[in-house]
Amino acid sequence: MIYKVIAKSEFKRFTDALLRDNASFGPRQVDTDSRGKAIYQFLPVTSSDDVAFDYTATASSAKHFFMPFREELSRFVFRDQEWDQHIHYEANPIVLIGLRACDISALNILDDVLLNGHFPSPYYLAKRKNTFVIGMDHLPLPDCFCKSMNHHTISTGFNVFCSDIGKDYYLSINSSKAFNFLKEFDTRDPLDNDNCRLVERRKLISNGFLSEVDVTALPSILDIEFDSPVWEKWGNKCLNCGTCAMVCPTCYCYSVEESFNTNLKGATRHKKLYSCNLVDFAEVAGGHNFRPKNGDRLKYRYYHQHRGFAENANQQICVGCNRCGRACLAGINPKDVINDLRMEKESCLTNISSSPDRI
Amino acid sequence: MPDKHFIIPRQDINREDFSSSIPDFNRRSEIMKNDMGYKCIITNIVRLTDQEKLFKLRIIDTREREIFRFKPGQFLMLELPGYGDVPISISSSNSNHEFIELCIRKAGHVTSALFTIGEGAHVAIRGPFGSAFPMDEMTGHHVLLIAGGLGIAPLRAPLYWINEHRERFLHVHVLYGAKEPSQLLFTYQFNEWEKINHITLHTIVEHADAGWKGKKGMITDLFSDIAINPEHTYAVVCGPPVMFKFVCSYLDRLGIPMNRMFVSLERRMHCGMGKCCRCMVGSTFTCVDGPVFDYWSVMNLKEAI
Repeated sequence: MIYKVIAKSEFKRFTDALLRDNASFGPRQVDTDSRGKAIYQFLPVTSSDDVAFDYTATASSAKHFFMPFREELSRFVFRDQEWDQHIHYEANPIVLIGLRACDISALNILDDVLLNGHFPSPYYLAKRKNTFVIGMDHLPLPDCFCKSMNHHTISTGFNVFCSDIGKDYYLSINSSKAFNFLKEFDTRDPLDNDNCRLVERRKLISNGFLSEVDVTALPSILDIEFDSPVWEKWGNKCLNCGTCAMVCPTCYCYSVEESFNTNLKGATRHKKLYSCNLVDFAEVAGGHNFRPKNGDRLKYRYYHQHRGFAENANQQICVGCNRCGRACLAGINPKDVINDLRMEKESCLTNISSSPDRI
Repeated sequence: MPDKHFIIPRQDINREDFSSSIPDFNRRSEIMKNDMGYKCIITNIVRLTDQEKLFKLRIIDTREREIFRFKPGQFLMLELPGYGDVPISISSSNSNHEFIELCIRKAGHVTSALFTIGEGAHVAIRGPFGSAFPMDEMTGHHVLLIAGGLGIAPLRAPLYWINEHRERFLHVHVLYGAKEPSQLLFTYQFNEWEKINHITLHTIVEHADAGWKGKKGMITDLFSDIAINPEHTYAVVCGPPVMFKFVCSYLDRLGIPMNRMFVSLERRMHCGMGKCCRCMVGSTFTCVDGPVFDYWSVMNLKEAI
């Protein structure tokens, strides 16, 4: 990692040049919600003027650049009794600007899931290798809980990360590509004063978190509370729409579908992002559903995010961006569900400690 | 900076480079093709019952046929272009390098399409995937193979293994239950198993018809017929979800250690590679960590059985 400081006006020239020469995507306001708050999404940008640098959080996450909602896996061309199968892992280079620390963390988690292990995904790798990521830090929203998940700072997974320190940006440069580009622009090595301002900025961000989720020993709590009525309570609210998984920056479950082309001379195999809250997620041929109830499926989602993955990769898959909580039509959010689970146990703790038999 | 360009160079992923970087798997097959299937020709189809057919497949390419090796208990993804792919456990002997046999029930979209094609048609297979029964570990012990319904299909591969190395095992019992006598699979092999391979076969049906001379009841009723020596017995169980609970808890009460009971689980699968998460149970993927689990692991997985 190399650290540099760049004036905001010079940074604008840098991004202008980069966004002009490459297919680029950044946060832009698309609409306002019913309460008049701006809704942002990652959309094509061609200059830094297009980018809403002061955006709060995008409704959808950046995962869709790496795992499109619908992606062609392979194509079959029929001939006589036979067929040819064609597979392409192609991806064109893109620039992603304005990703938040938790968004980049989410990409690192996806790297873990999709590139490590026995069957690395070439489709994902092609896209990840061809993406230039410029991260920006931000002051947390009232409902963000990235700090609880320890994803409010980031040290890898990006090309450049910019910390806002007044009239300059403090750049963490993590790739030779980015370093070579920046050589053409006016940057300087950080001075003591800049470092102080960076620390100050980080403190400001760290202290800005209003929401907190206690995830201590959560994997074991989830195990103990497997039959807790909390799941039924929240499951009854759940509409099984799958929105939470679609906006989640780390949810990667999918389904594979094949369809004939309309001329019947070929077929394509598609991968479609799926959600574990959809009714047929665990339904097998013959009709048996391994998770028939709303509560079962909701529980499974929390299990995968906070327990299953923790056991496999030693970290929880949730980054704490609370996109699912904001998008949920039924008002279910991870903070409330997890706190609810904890309440169960804490109430019994107080019972035990107040019991006269125990000293 | 108007004259200077800042174009990010494109990096291509080469299919060949990528597959060579895939590591060697100790429990799994040596060479893995995970996205493009091996083309096979269907050489023979046997109609076992109204619902099940036995498909005999031969990999067309000689080199691919050399590469494809599996262990008893593993499964493959059978693919019918245009319809999709389905996980099917391999029911043939793993020493038979010429043919692969798959016992398939007509249950869903792809399998219904499979039932309409005839001999000579082409399909593709990916795999093999998943864990296998520890046949070497079982040697020198008594073996109980317990199957319910279609559960006999995945157990046929270890049964072949046992038959080919019969001298390495003590008593081998096959306990096989079905709903009706007409739903018993591989009845034409029963004689061969009993007479040639000296395997004790016990069958039971839930609903007997007029011609049925055997036992009637649930699979657990068969346990009274056999003397089990819990200290030297391995058990392998495969069947519908409800069966596991009763059979495994019975064997557990008998005193067979949990790490000597193996179950083969069934889940919905879309990739076979631990990526789509459809087959996930707790923290475990049925496709890469299973489908064969020991009972201890299953006990620790919530909602597994």
